[in-house]
Amino acid sequence: MAGDPILSLRNVEVHFPVRTGVLKRVTAHVRAVDGVDLDVYRGEVLGLVGESGCGKTTLGKAILQLVRATQGTVTYSGEDGETELTTQDEAGLFAFRKRLQIVFQDPHSSLNPAFTIFGSLEDPLRHYGVKTRAKRRKIVGDLLEAVNMRREAMDRYPHEFSGGQRQRIGIARALSIDPELIVCDEAVSALDVSIQAQVLQLLMDLKREKNLTYVFITHDLSVTEYLCDRIAVMYLGKVVELCDAEELYSNTLHPYTQALLSAIPVADLDRKSQRIVLQGDVPSPINPPSGCPFHPRCRFAQDVCRSDVPRLRAYRAGSGVHMAACHLIDQPLAD
Amino acid sequence: MVDAPITRPRTRRDGQFDRLRDRETSMQGKAKRGGRFLGKFLSNRLALVGFVIFAIICLMSLFAPLLAQHDPMSPNLRAIAQPPSVEHWFGTDKTGRDIFARVLYGGRVSILVGLGSALLSALIGVIIGVYSGYVGGWLDWIAMRVSEIFMSFPQIILVLLLVAILGQSLLNLIVIFTLTGWGGIYRMARARMLSIREEEYVQALRSFGLGPARIAYKHMLPNALGPIMVNITLSTAAFILQEAGLSFLGLGVPLSIPTWGNILNAAQDLRVLEQNWWIWLPVGATISLFVLSVNFIGDGLRDATDPSQQG
Repeated sequence: MAGDPILSLRNVEVHFPVRTGVLKRVTAHVRAVDGVDLDVYRGEVLGLVGESGCGKTTLGKAILQLVRATQGTVTYSGEDGETELTTQDEAGLFAFRKRLQIVFQDPHSSLNPAFTIFGSLEDPLRHYGVKTRAKRRKIVGDLLEAVNMRREAMDRYPHEFSGGQRQRIGIARALSIDPELIVCDEAVSALDVSIQAQVLQLLMDLKREKNLTYVFITHDLSVTEYLCDRIAVMYLGKVVELCDAEELYSNTLHPYTQALLSAIPVADLDRKSQRIVLQGDVPSPINPPSGCPFHPRCRFAQDVCRSDVPRLRAYRAGSGVHMAACHLIDQPLAD
Repeated sequence: MVDAPITRPRTRRDGQFDRLRDRETSMQGKAKRGGRFLGKFLSNRLALVGFVIFAIICLMSLFAPLLAQHDPMSPNLRAIAQPPSVEHWFGTDKTGRDIFARVLYGGRVSILVGLGSALLSALIGVIIGVYSGYVGGWLDWIAMRVSEIFMSFPQIILVLLLVAILGQSLLNLIVIFTLTGWGGIYRMARARMLSIREEEYVQALRSFGLGPARIAYKHMLPNALGPIMVNITLSTAAFILQEAGLSFLGLGVPLSIPTWGNILNAAQDLRVLEQNWWIWLPVGATISLFVLSVNFIGDGLRDATDPSQQG
């Protein structure tokens, strides 16, 4: 699987200033994304998992430059060499906007209620040089058919569709300018389970057809298991574990991931589930704990965890490398 | 679509459904953008009534010279404060001027001032509010401060200033109403944009690299239009009444020129209010009807622009 990277993130930080008081002085920063190193390889599905507020959506937007990284670089590699997206202005980004697209979480707010589907989808096409209306109508119609909808749907308004249909239209919109990489930001979380399966199947079919790369942001670990080649687990703005999907499920290293995986419900009455229940809440990203961000909730926390920030280190795994950020992995994890 | 062969005998319902489907498929090819909007507006009975009343009042004012047999300006001392009659349909006022003629001619000025300033201030407010609300940053900050300055300025002082410099005129009135009125619509447009800005379809458009003006005016503005329309209709009414107040103080339109406000001001005299109902009732009713019709039209426009409401 590991080929050439299409995107490389190096030490990406997104900090939002917190302004308080009459003078609106910056008193603190929300460290939504706090130093992420990540490569996305061409043709893979990279899962980005973590609980609410861990910065996965912000990271997705930072990839698309919808939110600008305050530190670090996002580099796109294509046939025409490498380009650092983080330093480009809007005009410079134009050529790359075409290659990176996003599918959103909420099917109810991802389509403009005042426009027909065609009205919403035609403007990007016009922007990318499809001049005549007839051509745009043909393209939009083809796109809708590609996501298993009827061509006629283009003259209807968003409120006339169900959540699953809208999500498919959202996918059609992302596909409209032939991107290479699509960030799926909780693309199926708002749908019910039977529709989820449909949409996931559609995404996989499209990937095969059009040779796409996905960054799949989700909090649903059963979805990533089905879909992803590699998985990055995020906690409080940092990547804490990163490896092949199978490896993650069979040989979990980081205590946080272990807790997450133990929470997946399994339809098996005989299995005695040993759920690891995490104590407390996710710490505030304004004032993250010292050392390892996970230490206040970690079962194994020791002194070193409270003082030193663990780096993402590589470990041998069956087929490749297994990255994890934990001081204690070299030692056997007591149970 | 291929029809499944019907094995049971056809019923009346089948025929109905077939006709419905035929109609739907025959509609599909057509460009029905304008048609849909118009159709929805016209099928809204209240909006249609409003539009008819609005049109009648406007046309009557416009063709006042043809409809009124008397000069609205020339007094007739032999017919002072006469009740309605065949000669004077709405009676005459205290200087013997024909009130019907004055209402017709007065409509020209009042409608121009009311609707003109409302539309002009809406135009300015929307243009600034939509863009600065979406883009934010220093532009938004400046626009906000400027609007605060204009809104905190006492209107009467501004009027005095302008009248002192430029003299009394209709145009001054419109300029003043626009200057003091745009802030309200600006703030409303801006507030709507701030909430729409967070919607995901806006993010999606940004991810395509569309420019901020295109996103703000073309894609976001239609969703902010509802409250703006209502605001325009409300401020039309307010401006007509304000014009009356300023004219009364001698700061608006000169009293000799008939406007709805000028005519109504005669009713400030208690004797007129008690004894000469025809001086204030027709014009009062006209103002109410006009304002009401504009409100109905505004509501109708809002509903017609909202695709999730079936007409």
